[in-house]
Order: sequence, then structure tokens, then C-alpha cells
Amino acid sequence: MIYYIGAIGLIIIGLYIVLTKRNLIKVIIGLDIFETGIFILLVCTGYIKGGTAPIFSKDKLNPSLMVDPIPQALVLTAIVIGVATLALALSLVIRLYRHYGTLDVRKIKELKW
Amino acid sequence: MRKIVSLILLAILLSGVIFCLTEIPFGRSLSKVREYYIDNGIKDTGATNIVTSVVVNYRGFDTLGEVTVLFLAAIGLSAVLHQEEKKPKKEGRKSSLILYTGCRFLFPLTMLFGAYIFIHGHLTPGGGFQGGAIIASGFLLTMLGCWKWRGINKSAAKITESIGGLVFVVIGLLGLLYSGYFLANYLPKGLPNELFSAGIIPIIYVAIGFKVGAELTGVLDRLIEEP
Repeated sequence: MIYYIGAIGLIIIGLYIVLTKRNLIKVIIGLDIFETGIFILLVCTGYIKGGTAPIFSKDKLNPSLMVDPIPQALVLTAIVIGVATLALALSLVIRLYRHYGTLDVRKIKELKW
Repeated sequence: MRKIVSLILLAILLSGVIFCLTEIPFGRSLSKVREYYIDNGIKDTGATNIVTSVVVNYRGFDTLGEVTVLFLAAIGLSAVLHQEEKKPKKEGRKSSLILYTGCRFLFPLTMLFGAYIFIHGHLTPGGGFQGGAIIASGFLLTMLGCWKWRGINKSAAKITESIGGLVFVVIGLLGLLYSGYFLANYLPKGLPNELFSAGIIPIIYVAIGFKVGAELTGVLDRLIEEP
């Protein structure tokens, strides 16, 4: 249960940062925290009490106690995609800074709505 | 005002998520696919690491898409950051002798560790993506700690990346030729828990390791060049 609480806590913290902060770098950090929370939540759904990693490194391991490998494979995919999107977002922020000379969302006039 | 509104939104979201999650039992096996993969994984693919067999064999097509997304992100990054006029390079601060020597000492060990992680991806925890990330972190260490960083050899990184992607696709197409479907495991599976086992899985993971390492190093190099 503590895993769920931690994961949802991270998601809430990340979303709060995204909604309230005005510095674009901080918004990206918030997105990253949000993402980490989702990864932990996904891995948690495959957890089994007293389980082991799904690797047959010894013969003694009990297959019925192995945790679910599918969420782990999905999270492996998601982490790599997360790194890629994070790098792309950072490059866009660098470009914005080069154009406007500021990272404050309030001062970038074309983004007003 | 803005903080209050966002807190109210988050409270609504939180109550919804908690309402959903209390219905789901925690700490028990929830899916039938898990039993199939764990019972038949070694027989089907020959890899003792079931996560690897899911990533590279059962869901290999998904991994090909993932590699493509990473490639597109790297291309998009260099397209967004492209500058017409070359700015003169700033002279970096000199790092101390201890830092420099430590970096030179640690760099080959990091490369070795990354290579170990992706070569043994089908036997132990790890794999191509993790090994590639470790290799890129080794390059980051030299970028930050070395005396005069001149930048990586960009064409070598591009060639490594392209060869890695090409090996993946060619092995998948050979599966189409030999066994009738894309990314089929047509090589002999060997005995479990040996290095040369599991058919095409180690080959694909080595290719992915080189590709991810070169790609992430390129991204880091591009970001670190920025004034």
C-alpha cells in the first residue's frame, strides 16, 4: 500500500509544480517527477507479496512467486521514451530562451491566453 | 488564486484515483499473461531473464518502435538547436589534476561495465537500453571532467547509430525470410544460463546498446555545446 501512496504522492507533486510554477525549467522538472510517479505506479501493479525478480538465475526459484514481467517491460519502454521527450523539451526551452531572453512564461507574450 | 484553483483540481484528481485504486487488490497476480510468460518463457525464447524475452522477443516490434522514437527525438533535438553561424568556442575552466586523472581512470571501466550490462542482457538484470545509458554517462563524465573537451566525433556516432538500427531491422527481416514472420527467433536457442544462448536476443540487444549509447552521447554533446 505504501507503494501506491508514494507513487500517487509523486504524481500529485509533479502536477502541482506543472500547474503553479512559471519558470519553464521548473515545469519540465515537474513533468519528470510526474512521469516517475507513473512508472512506480505501473511497476506496483505487478507486485506480488514476497515475490522475486522474473529471472531464472537459480533452479530453486518458485515461478509462482515471480512478479509480473509485463509492467516492467512496459516501464522500460516508457523510461526510454521519457528520456527522449525530456531532451526534446529541453531543446525547445533553449530555443525559446535564445529567442525571448527569458524563461518566465508570463513574459513570453505570444504564449498568453 | 492560481494555487488555490490548482489545489482544488488536484484534490478532485486524488479522490478519483484513490476511489479507483481501492478496487484493485494489491500484492497478488492480476494477469493471466504473466503465468504464460513465466512458464513458457525459457522454452520459447531461451532467455532466463523473462523481462528481456518480453521486451525483445514477444514484444520486439514495440521495441523497434521505441528505438525509432528515440532516433526521432535525437534528430528533432539537433534540428531545433541548429544554428547557422558558428559561435567561437568558449575556453572551459581547467579542472584540477585529481578530477582529470579520476576521469581518465574511470572512463574505460564505465565502458566495460556498460558493455557487460548489454551483453549479459538475457541472463542478468540489464539490457541494451540500460547498457547504452551507462556508456552515455561515461561520455558525460569525460565531458564534464576532462581538461579540454573537443566534442565527440559526430560522424562516428552517426555511423554507430545507423549500424545498430540496421542490424535490428535486418535480423527482423531475416526472421521473415526463415520462419515466416518479422523478428522470429530462428537461431538455435542453446542451453539456458549460458552466454551464447537465446538465439537473436543477445545480437539485438548488443545492437540496441551501441545505438542507444551513440544516440544519448550525441544528445548530450549537442546540449553541452550550447553557450
